[in-house]
Amino acid sequence: MPTKGRILRVNGPLVVAEGMKASQMFEVVEVGDLGLIGEITRIEGDRAYIQVYEDTSGIKPGEPVLGTGAPLSAELGPGLLGQIVDGLERPLGRIAEISESPFIQRGVKVPSLDRQKKWHFVPKVKKGDKVYPGDILGTVQETQLIEHRIIVPPNVQGTLKEVASEGEYTVEENIGIVNMNGDEVPVSMIQKWPARIPRPFKEKLEPSEPLLTGVRVLDTIFPLAKGGTAAIPGPFGAGKTVTLQSLAKWSSAKIVIYVGCGERGNELTDELRAFPTLKDPWTGRPLLERTILVANTSNMPVAARETSIYMGVTIGEYFRDQGYDVLVVADSTTRWAEALRDLGGRMEEMPAEEGFPSYLPSRLAEYYERAGKVRTLGNLDRFGSVTLASAVSPPGGDFTEPVTSNTLRFVKVFWPLDVSLAHARHFPAVNWLQGFSAYTDLVSKWWDQNVNPQWKEIRESMVKTLIREDELKQIVRLVGPESLSERDKLVLEVARLIKEAFLKQNAFDDIDAFSSPQKQYRIMKLIDFYNKFATNLVEKGMPVKKISEGITVVTDIIKSKAIIKNDELNKYDELENTLKSQFEQLEKKVI
Amino acid sequence: METTMNIREFKNISMIKGPLVIVQGVNDAAYNELVQVEMSDGERRRGIVVDSYLGSSVVQVFEGTSGVSPTGTTVRFLGRGLEVKISDEMLGRIFNPLGDPLDNGPPIISGEKTDINGGPINPSMREYPEEFIQTGISAIDGMNPLLRGQKLPIFSGSGLPSNTLAAQIAKQATVIGEESNFAVVFGAIGVRYDDAMFFRKFFEETGAINRVAMFVSLANEPPMMKILTPRTTLSLAEYLAFEKDMHVLAILLDMTNYCESLREISASKEEIPGRGGYPGYMYTDLATIYERAGKVKGKKGSITQMPILTMPNDDMTHPIPDLTGYITEGQIVLDRSLYNKGIYPPINVLMSLSRLGKDGIGEGKTRDDHKDLQNQLFAAYARAVDTRGLAAIIGEDSLSDVDKKYLLFGEAFERKFVTQGVNENRSIERTLDIGWDIVSILPESELTNIKQSLIKKYLPAYRGKQ
Repeated sequence: MPTKGRILRVNGPLVVAEGMKASQMFEVVEVGDLGLIGEITRIEGDRAYIQVYEDTSGIKPGEPVLGTGAPLSAELGPGLLGQIVDGLERPLGRIAEISESPFIQRGVKVPSLDRQKKWHFVPKVKKGDKVYPGDILGTVQETQLIEHRIIVPPNVQGTLKEVASEGEYTVEENIGIVNMNGDEVPVSMIQKWPARIPRPFKEKLEPSEPLLTGVRVLDTIFPLAKGGTAAIPGPFGAGKTVTLQSLAKWSSAKIVIYVGCGERGNELTDELRAFPTLKDPWTGRPLLERTILVANTSNMPVAARETSIYMGVTIGEYFRDQGYDVLVVADSTTRWAEALRDLGGRMEEMPAEEGFPSYLPSRLAEYYERAGKVRTLGNLDRFGSVTLASAVSPPGGDFTEPVTSNTLRFVKVFWPLDVSLAHARHFPAVNWLQGFSAYTDLVSKWWDQNVNPQWKEIRESMVKTLIREDELKQIVRLVGPESLSERDKLVLEVARLIKEAFLKQNAFDDIDAFSSPQKQYRIMKLIDFYNKFATNLVEKGMPVKKISEGITVVTDIIKSKAIIKNDELNKYDELENTLKSQFEQLEKKVI
Repeated sequence: METTMNIREFKNISMIKGPLVIVQGVNDAAYNELVQVEMSDGERRRGIVVDSYLGSSVVQVFEGTSGVSPTGTTVRFLGRGLEVKISDEMLGRIFNPLGDPLDNGPPIISGEKTDINGGPINPSMREYPEEFIQTGISAIDGMNPLLRGQKLPIFSGSGLPSNTLAAQIAKQATVIGEESNFAVVFGAIGVRYDDAMFFRKFFEETGAINRVAMFVSLANEPPMMKILTPRTTLSLAEYLAFEKDMHVLAILLDMTNYCESLREISASKEEIPGRGGYPGYMYTDLATIYERAGKVKGKKGSITQMPILTMPNDDMTHPIPDLTGYITEGQIVLDRSLYNKGIYPPINVLMSLSRLGKDGIGEGKTRDDHKDLQNQLFAAYARAVDTRGLAAIIGEDSLSDVDKKYLLFGEAFERKFVTQGVNENRSIERTLDIGWDIVSILPESELTNIKQSLIKKYLPAYRGKQ
């Protein structure tokens, strides 16, 4: 029997109701005559404090509150890919159809998954089989790219009394009946999971494979691993969103979930517009076939912003449990934290640092802990991963503020964006001196086996050059470049080459936007050649000025990133040969 | 607000504090319901319900509570939300944010009653902005292009010519090759009277006044009026864009005054302050204003938003510009040092940004060389500024030859490209040609951002040789 109470107080998104003794924490309720969706966040006596996910204008004391008996849950099953849903997992396209307006109306109730659409189900088990949570019952080819694996829900196990034969089914139709200790439990293609609770798995494993992004500074200098966690903090205009969009577009994850959490409406439109036509560089299929957008823009109700990242990660875990590598991108966790602060303030909670609630760090920890590479539940040995990459928007670009500093405690990769690089139009504006990655050693094995064993060595040499350049620049600022030794001048020259030819990357250039690992290595190799040959000449007494005048191919090397495509890397041989012969010419002049 | 109810009257006021009045005995006040406060002398003020309890209600009075007494005052709950009559008859007129005329003209009778808070645009119904607006200003068109449906603020400092620039943009803005159904809605938020009149006069002189509607709250009015001003302004913008198929430019001046009012009201409600004393929800609140821009599917019109704000102490990290920058699609930053050099418009192109610009320029939109040239100008000017810093320390003579060229380039960029007259309306071709003239100061080997084919086509050294 669901509870029925009545409203005592309305204060923005906070509603207090009485007669709610039978309700439970985090239960979803319908508020007022409009039936707005809300969630119980505190219970005192028979009073419940409800955070309402829609605008409460017009709601009055005395109106009813109805319990639903269930916590806030994600609906999981075929039909999510290619969708754009709000923070409560309601498809925004359907809301627009029902509202018949470009504006979002309140109280619209739409199921997350299409109830009418039929999916072609292919069974993988037969009658009489014993099934356990996570076992694959059958498959649905949801998009050309993704085979949706229908798995036994985490709370069901037993003997299959019935299995549907191959054919067309809606998500609600039964595709099997499990005899669970004498009870007959029907199973359909749809399952629900409470969004705030992590889905179970067998064991967590150490990340080892890189999550390639095609962005050179990320893949090579600060690599992310499948199952890892990364944060991108930066002031506005530093390129957070563009970097996250690059991740969503080009990363080697099988499924990408993009959570637009309190950000701009037009940015999500940009993705909705681009993803059906852009091709996944790893498979050649339209990106939308592997993407789910969770959108709660900055002007949408603040409480639903708080839930959007949980919805995103829950959907991510569901695909992980099918054995896929999933990337969940959240833009931005600062807006999520601000939603926490707003709601905490209205509940009159004691604020901690900068008004944020004292549980901010533990909420952040809980969220990032949902990342990982796991051995999934189920009979077949399956591995899946959830990688979390989140933007942080520190006020005024100050990284010491609570959200950034707490996030740093829980992530293993840090891609700080630097506004001075952005103003100089050096993109991606990742500061190579402040960033870090704890996965460099773990993934270098992969580069070793799949690209070239030299990757690690050249990478280290590049990083060293950049650090040395920073030191030298401080000297230059004091005494001018002419006072440097020739060897130090060469360091500046090589660092310039690293920045121009490798680190800078144009996310809006068709060719430059995505660099395959092989292409990255080819550019690195050219830089390494240049460094070694030039060092040799400098040691023989040649001034750097002469080298830079003699090696004219450098301009072509810098331009090559936007000219040479990923599938015509042999063109780099030509550049390499020119570079060598120009150095040979120079060397003759030494003697 | 969808629910309609009867008017209820109460006389039992238990507390008056700041703009807030607490009324006892009311059991069914709707959140955000419109309230009329009638004082013993017959003066009527308006307010809304900001916190509603079973048995009492907290009302925020727009015009302030000075003179309101617990005895003899009647509080009427009007059974509807804050609605203003919106109509296309408002063009050519001036109103206060409640829709009352300020120009001695007749009141609007036949308008559409509109909840001025608006609603969030469904992201799946948005149409992405792609049409380049030619403002005739090189530092914007060439470097940080404005698109139709974009929200692009001007970050100004006190005394900088942001009004002149906004007026110039409003006058010159066109979409190339299109005779458009164009309107300007202007929200003057807590401005001084002469600022409001500057624009009024400007629009009259340029003959555009019949396409302009103004909503004005003056600096000495109560804070709530300033909170309402942008909302009413944008309600008219939405009506004109989505009901009347017009392309609307919405100018909001000055958002700093808006934020100050927000802080003042928040403090009077004893809310926990965030950074700088501004309320923690200021980001969300500003988003409900700035996000009311764009284009939507199935509608011909559009709203392009240009809010103007004053950075306190020229500090871009101050909460007001900071939170604005996180919501808007870029920013045009005015720079005092350029202004002091006598450069107009004093736009700092490096700190400025147009997030959407890239999608409205290039072949078939502006010109094939636009993107590459833009990248090159940015990179070269950034290096020029850097070099200038170095030259200041070690002296110009110790610079390398290439660096000296960059210094020359930097000067030319500011004096020839950025600088232009208040009435100078440059076509995009002219802007790009000036760009080519000044990059030719640099050696060709420095032009690493431009494709060879474009260099051959446009660089002055090759022009006419093909």
